[in-house]
Formats: sequence, C-alpha cells, structure tokens
Amino acid sequence: MEALKLELKNKIITTLNLEDIAIEDIADNDPLFGDGLGLDSIDALELIVILDKDYGIKLVDPKEGKVIFQSIESMAAYISANRTK
Amino acid sequence: MKKKTYINGVGCISTQKTFDTVFLEEAAYNQNDTVLSIIKPDYKDFISPASSRRMAKGVKNGIVASALAMKDANTENVDMIISGTGMGCIEDSEKFLKNILDNNEEFLTPTSFIQSTHNTVGAQIALTLQCKGYNFTYVNGAISFESALLDAKMQIEEDEANTVLVGGIDENADYTLSLFKLAGFIKKEQDQPFNLLTETSPGVVYGEGASFFILENEKKENTYAEILDVEIINTLEENEVETQIVSFLKANQLQISDVDAVVLGFNGDATFDGYYKNLAENTFAQTPQLYYKHLSGEYNTASAFALWMASKIIKTQEIPEIVKVNQVEKPVYKTILLYNQYNGKNHSFTLLSK
Repeated sequence: MEALKLELKNKIITTLNLEDIAIEDIADNDPLFGDGLGLDSIDALELIVILDKDYGIKLVDPKEGKVIFQSIESMAAYISANRTK
Repeated sequence: MKKKTYINGVGCISTQKTFDTVFLEEAAYNQNDTVLSIIKPDYKDFISPASSRRMAKGVKNGIVASALAMKDANTENVDMIISGTGMGCIEDSEKFLKNILDNNEEFLTPTSFIQSTHNTVGAQIALTLQCKGYNFTYVNGAISFESALLDAKMQIEEDEANTVLVGGIDENADYTLSLFKLAGFIKKEQDQPFNLLTETSPGVVYGEGASFFILENEKKENTYAEILDVEIINTLEENEVETQIVSFLKANQLQISDVDAVVLGFNGDATFDGYYKNLAENTFAQTPQLYYKHLSGEYNTASAFALWMASKIIKTQEIPEIVKVNQVEKPVYKTILLYNQYNGKNHSFTLLSK
C-alpha cells in the first residue's frame, strides 16, 4: 500500500505538471481538490484516465469520483480493492 | 476620415535576449546550429505556477511578450486581441497525437487537446486580461502575422477599436522539426558554419519566438512608429517584386529613394534568397539594408521579429551593427520598408514611418 501511495504521488506530480510540488509535500490524507493540492476539474479527468489506463478501473458513476479522489489514501484504497492490472 | 495606426508598445521573446535589454546589444550570431531555441524569460514573473503548468512554451512566450508590450505602452486594457501563427501550439498537438497513437485511440487526456488549438495563445491572453472583445487568430503560413497586422490596422482605421494587441507566435517541437529535416526544409549540419547572406545550400536555420505590439489610434510620447501600410501577395516571380514595391510605395505617395532602410527576410535558402539579392544589388543598392533571420531563425511569424526590430530603429534612430547587410547610412531613419517571403510564396510588404 505504501508503494502504491508513492507511485500515485509520482504519477500525479508528473501527469499534472505540478512543477513546484515534491512527493514529501503531499500528505496521504491531504485533500487533492479545493484547499489541499488545489486540483481542478480538468485534473479530475486526468485522474480518471490514470485509473483506467494504469490500473484497469473504469469509473461508471462520476459521483464515485468525489469519494475516490478525496486524497492519496482514498485513491490507493480504491485502487487496491478494484484494480484489474 | 481614416484613423492612423501607431505602435505604442512592443514585447519580444526570441532566440536572442530581447527582454531586459535595450536593443540587441547582447545579440549573438549562431552560425553552427540548424535550429535555434528561445532564450527563456522567468515565466514566474508573469504567470502563476498554477496557470502555467498546463501551458506549452509558445503559450507562455505569447503571454510574456504581450505583457511586455502592454507594460511598454503603459496600458492595462485592450479592445481586441489579434494573433498570427503558422504552426500554432504544435508542441501540444504533437503530445495529443502521440497519445492517440501510443494508446490506440484510448485513454485520451484533455490537457494537451485543450492547449493544442491554434488560438490557444490569443485565448489565454484574453483570459489573463479578462478581455471579452474581438479575438481572432490568423493561420496563413508565412503571412500569418501580416494578416493579423492588417486586420488590426483596419480595425483602428475604421474606428472599431482604440487599442489593439497584435502579435505573432510560433514554437519549435521535436517531431515536427524532424519531419522538416527529412523534407530538406532545414539546413544540413555538415554545411555549417552558416552565413545567411552567402549560402549556396538549400534549407534554412529554424527558429521560434513571440512578438507582440500595442497598436493605437493616437500618437503618444512613447510611440515607436506609424504603420503606413501592409500588403500581402501570395505569388510573385523574382522579376515582379521591384514593380510591386514601386507600386506599393506609390500608393503611399513614396518612391524608392524615400525609403531610409529596407529590412529583408534573407534566410540563407539559396533557392529563394534571389528575391532579396535582386533587391539588395539593384533596387535598394543605395539604401541601408538590414536582415534579422540570422538572429531570430526562420519560422512562419519571424517577420514579427522584423517589425519589432524596425520599430526599435525608428524610435532609437540606431541600427545595431549585427543586422546590417551593407554599410550605407542615412542621417535619419524616417521610413522603413519590410519585405518578407517564404519559398517564393506569401510575400508581405510593411511600411513604417516615424
């Protein structure tokens, strides 16, 4: 699980071009959107693609995203339970 | 009565240090590289990291060049934004297309696609300035910038706008450059060192850049020059250019001897530089001749760099040694003619006056 969290932090920084942010700046429970990392709706689409492309998870209900993408912790938990690759 | 068009602010990001300098005093002639890259400004001084993280360099350069032009003109608002670009945001277009191929048309992310359209620069500047006015991007090869300039001039003449931000932007991207090399558009490395005025090989040294201008209908203390006229012609034979220039000047009540300096678009392509050589050796033999693509590189909107250079010359009344083709001098540089073409097509004539 710890390795997956680290992998996710790396992917988020690279894919979303978060130039000024390092892995250690993202705590596992920091909110990804709003006051935390400050991601926006375009970033949400990028995260959906990461789930699909890298872990074989297709989000059918967009409302699920709100819960899954709350933090690195919630993303890692969801991926661990549902990944197909 | 038609209103006059004045250049009241300029901003340029190029393969030379054209920001935080006076006028090309740090310019250097790179004769060894086939592709020149821009000297990057500190983007963080102009764009927040949160906004810039999705922007390719062309977009960032456009925003910085436009901000420099607005600061130079001491203005915070414009009525219209008009841009010209030959290749658009080609870096993000490449990313998007590569994603399609690599992922077998699946897993397409939105960012590169959003940023890949040709009008991204104009749109991002408008968002930054909160300018909801006329916003147009011309994509017409080597006359993309002149098309934008002509539109801006007509908007001011017809009193549709008081202040227009107009510019030309192009960026290099790896895959496109590799195709240009394959097609022979770019010079071969073994032909270096390059001397653009005496080249015997085909192809050009490629470059990139962004130049923006604030055009207004009012002459001010900080005015650089008046844009007297802009003309675009798709096809001309070498022996037709002089006649065209004479007629262009005549339409502005001028003749060849009234031109105090001519800026020629020599790009070192032996196949088409005859257009300029004919003028340099005959028509304008007694006129100060200038060139610039040895500094800026060739790209579809390189002529915007020429306008930046000519504006500076009229304002400062000084011509940097590095841009001189000949040693003819004039006591005053009042009227400057710019002529550009690419591959014998897309000819443009721009006339500036003090």
